[in-house]
Amino acid sequence: MLNPIPWRIATISAVHDETPSVRTYTIALPEWPGHRAGQHVDVRLTAEDGYSVERSYSIASEPERTGEIDLTVERIEGGEVSAFLHDVAVVGDRLEVRGPIGGYFVWEASSPGPLFLVAGGSGVVPLMAMLRHRARAAAGARSTIPTRLLFSSRHLEDVIYRDELDRLAAAGDGLEVVHTLTRSQPPGWTGYSRRIDDRMIAEVLDPLGAGARTFICGPTPLVEVAANALDRLGLPRDRIRTERFGPSGP
Amino acid sequence: MTDRFVTRGFVGRRSDPTSPPGVDSGRSPADRTPPGQYLTRDFPILSAGPTPRTPLDRWSFYLEGLVREPVTWTWDAFTALPAKDWTVDISCVTKWTKLDMRWRGVSIDTLLEAVELDPMAAFAIAHCDGGYTTNLPIGDLVDGQAFVAWEYDGRPLEAEHGGPARLVVPARYFWKSAKWIRGIRFVDRDVPGFWESLGYHNRGDQWLEERYSGD
Repeated sequence: MLNPIPWRIATISAVHDETPSVRTYTIALPEWPGHRAGQHVDVRLTAEDGYSVERSYSIASEPERTGEIDLTVERIEGGEVSAFLHDVAVVGDRLEVRGPIGGYFVWEASSPGPLFLVAGGSGVVPLMAMLRHRARAAAGARSTIPTRLLFSSRHLEDVIYRDELDRLAAAGDGLEVVHTLTRSQPPGWTGYSRRIDDRMIAEVLDPLGAGARTFICGPTPLVEVAANALDRLGLPRDRIRTERFGPSGP
Repeated sequence: MTDRFVTRGFVGRRSDPTSPPGVDSGRSPADRTPPGQYLTRDFPILSAGPTPRTPLDRWSFYLEGLVREPVTWTWDAFTALPAKDWTVDISCVTKWTKLDMRWRGVSIDTLLEAVELDPMAAFAIAHCDGGYTTNLPIGDLVDGQAFVAWEYDGRPLEAEHGGPARLVVPARYFWKSAKWIRGIRFVDRDVPGFWESLGYHNRGDQWLEERYSGD
């Protein structure tokens, strides 16, 4: 029999603001067994009287980093765990963490074929683990797999990892990042300015071709539109991998 | 044993939603929430890939494998089977629990009246549009424990939620309630399904918190 995945006690070692409502928590996990890009962890909070809650959070950091992982957490209005993390937790606090979990929504830099990522809001988190893995794969030998990220955010200031995505895309190793801003656009904006639709998916996928491996993560309506569009474009179903979060999930 | 871990500064919200009016199970919402779960009023959607859409005139449902004579129903024949209304609590391994979900569909017991199971048959593998599978001991499906639903909350089951028809097994995490089900194959040996092969628990009893392999 397999042993259960143990609960481990992790220590918050750094906190970093990504956007006004999204923060990254670096948590030290000395005994961490390692993870694959796209996997998640369960986090458990326990009160003095034994009341406890659990939530799942995607791992943002790449597998090449050892001894710690990054969790990027959006503060959900009325959320129990995300509000605790944003309002109460500070560097030095300890959390119970269990993982890594999930074996389907994962990508290895050794996988052949182009990579197409579609994200809505904080759905970018597991995809960022893939991009960071891609950038550091094979012990420093950067992967040059043709890769495109189509990333939908409401406003420019809501774009999670914006500077890092700019840096990764500027490296000239085959990564392109295409943004769409659905609520407001800054003056001179040349990117998309509408919700993701069939035509946008077809346009952004086009240079990669129908052999791309695709990972889609975001709110359900975005995931439905993107996955159905890719299905109609003829991508094999097992290459259209989705992860969704609905209106709930506080 | 070490002392229980306490998260510094965590108090908890504990504002459980109440049950809808007219439904009184005699147990509080908190008592009906399995360990590690939280209550939601939404009906979240989770699937691993695109949503299949099979036209009803091409839809059929089969029972096959270790049965004397396999049987197939068309959509019209299937939905003409004796149906029941079911009000059940559902728990998803992603941590949400939704109480008093109202479905309409046909009991697995009713379906099994149409076939004669081979005495060797011990496990059921649900097969679905899109290639999804999940495995259950036959004992987890019979005696009113499971049904195939085509209505949710008085309306046809939406494709995103597994329509036109999905298996519902309330006593197990919701991944066992296979969306887009098209048939059940009866076998003598257990065969892990899609999520059961990818790190999730083979049985998935939410009251025992059987989330992941080894739990």
